[in-house]
Amino acid sequence: MTDAAAPGKEEVRVGAAPIDWIPIVLTATVALAALPLVGSFSTWVTLTVAGLAMGMMIFIMASGLTLVFGLMDVINFGHGVFISVGAYVSLLVLWPLSGWVNSPSVALNVGVFLLCILLSMAATGLFGWAFERVIVRPVYGQHLKQILVTMGGLIVVEQLIHVFWGPSPITIALPESFRGAIALGPGMVAERYRLIAVAVGLVVLIAMLVILNRTRIGLLVRAGVENPEMVEALGYHIRRLFVGVFVAGSALAGLGGVLWGFYQQTLTAGMGLQVLVLIFIVVIIGGLGSIGGCFIGSLLVALVANYTAFLEPKIALVSNIGLMLIVLLWRPRGLYPVAGH
Amino acid sequence: MSDALLTLEGVHTHIGRYHILQGVDLVVPRGGFTILLGRNGAGKTTTLRTIMGLWRASQGTIRFAGADVTARPTPDIASAGIAYVPENMSIFSGLTVRENLVLAARAGPLQAGKLERIFSLFPALERFYGLAAGALSGGQKQMLSIARALIEPRDLILIDEPTKGLAPAIVTNMIRAFREVKKAGATVLLVEQNFMAARMLGDTVAVMDDGRIVHHGAMAELAADHALQHRLLGLHLDTHQ
Repeated sequence: MTDAAAPGKEEVRVGAAPIDWIPIVLTATVALAALPLVGSFSTWVTLTVAGLAMGMMIFIMASGLTLVFGLMDVINFGHGVFISVGAYVSLLVLWPLSGWVNSPSVALNVGVFLLCILLSMAATGLFGWAFERVIVRPVYGQHLKQILVTMGGLIVVEQLIHVFWGPSPITIALPESFRGAIALGPGMVAERYRLIAVAVGLVVLIAMLVILNRTRIGLLVRAGVENPEMVEALGYHIRRLFVGVFVAGSALAGLGGVLWGFYQQTLTAGMGLQVLVLIFIVVIIGGLGSIGGCFIGSLLVALVANYTAFLEPKIALVSNIGLMLIVLLWRPRGLYPVAGH
Repeated sequence: MSDALLTLEGVHTHIGRYHILQGVDLVVPRGGFTILLGRNGAGKTTTLRTIMGLWRASQGTIRFAGADVTARPTPDIASAGIAYVPENMSIFSGLTVRENLVLAARAGPLQAGKLERIFSLFPALERFYGLAAGALSGGQKQMLSIARALIEPRDLILIDEPTKGLAPAIVTNMIRAFREVKKAGATVLLVEQNFMAARMLGDTVAVMDDGRIVHHGAMAELAADHALQHRLLGLHLDTHQ
């Protein structure tokens, strides 16, 4: 049995789901508009690369949350704790393998980095499964309780991190070959790790797009985000799908935690909660349940944060709130609204 | 009734504090179209949603093909062989026509034979096969919604007001498609306000009022009895064509 071929090409407007280019052009325009304000091209490049790296990490952390929002209408304030747990679990690799971290061997550096990612994703995925079962499942359809209970879960796990790893911030070092910067041109440099973060973010984005657009599971997730009731009426158990998405989203948050931890080079139990504000802004700006919106929203938020931090540090803290306000006044359901939300 | 495919016995449904279905007794015989008529708010949509398990029956029994499905989850009811075409169509507008059909074909990949049958009923879907379903017209969306229910063999198809808000020409095409479905031997429980369509398609009819079935019988009898029509529906079918 094979999938029946599409009808003749002349009759089909293939790929006709039109891409809304406006938010993409807007993001590029924001970046270009910052150039004359920053003044120096090399500084602008550095800020832009930093913004892209930060945006990719926020996207990785936020993508799971937006699907959880979209698929089951669950407001999970506990999402931040998966980021913290992911970062701390990487210590289980970094401490015993500190020799690999400080080795000049690129292979060992990459190896320890990948081991951190794999262990953290496995741990946070498993933790996400337990979190959904124990904390989220009893409060489906009850938004206020979801906020209270998931926030409570976040506080409990943060305290457990203090119990296991102590209350003091823990500093970590980047693997040797990830340190330093590379020249992009005369007077222009970009930190190696930021470029690595961009690369990892692109890999995750491509993987998600392939899964969402080329697999039956992906189709179900997209359909479920739009109309979970109809997915059930077609004979699919949306709850099982949701658990899978929750686990995958938790694992992605764990991956984001590893990347964010190396980026900050300091781990605290509250690091997930700190970045959670940005993640919620991204999810709201992007449109609940929209992966494309989450990606563009992440880049927009990160770029604006970096430019304003350079140009006017005093308003950097509120710049993203302002950005969210402007976007929602323009598009009240986010940059890429999903039908049904 | 020995040939009953679906039976509702004393079904009550509450939505919040509202008591919508107040003891529905309904038999849908195997094969043919059963039409569910009634004024707005009589409980027709609630009946279909309760059968699908989208709203839970608070009392009573729903039997499908001899099995009690009253408390079964919606996906299990669908897997048992009931397809549902809701009033608002509920197509996945972010997915293409093809993707909508792929999801509905639970048994596996779309087969050319199945698609050809769908395209023969609804040619517009062939033209817009690769188009995002959200870009279709209202009539085309309704066709897609019905096509999703037909892409796999189902024992029973529940359809909620498929002609509502459609242009007369599209309604005519829709009736033609339903006749083909009927010829193929499908069992359909159809909620319909368009009495011309109801009369042309219906084999049996049930009339609802205030959350109960107040009449059940052959469609031909109701169509011929103006006094009965007036008593049950407050109108004559002939005046609503």
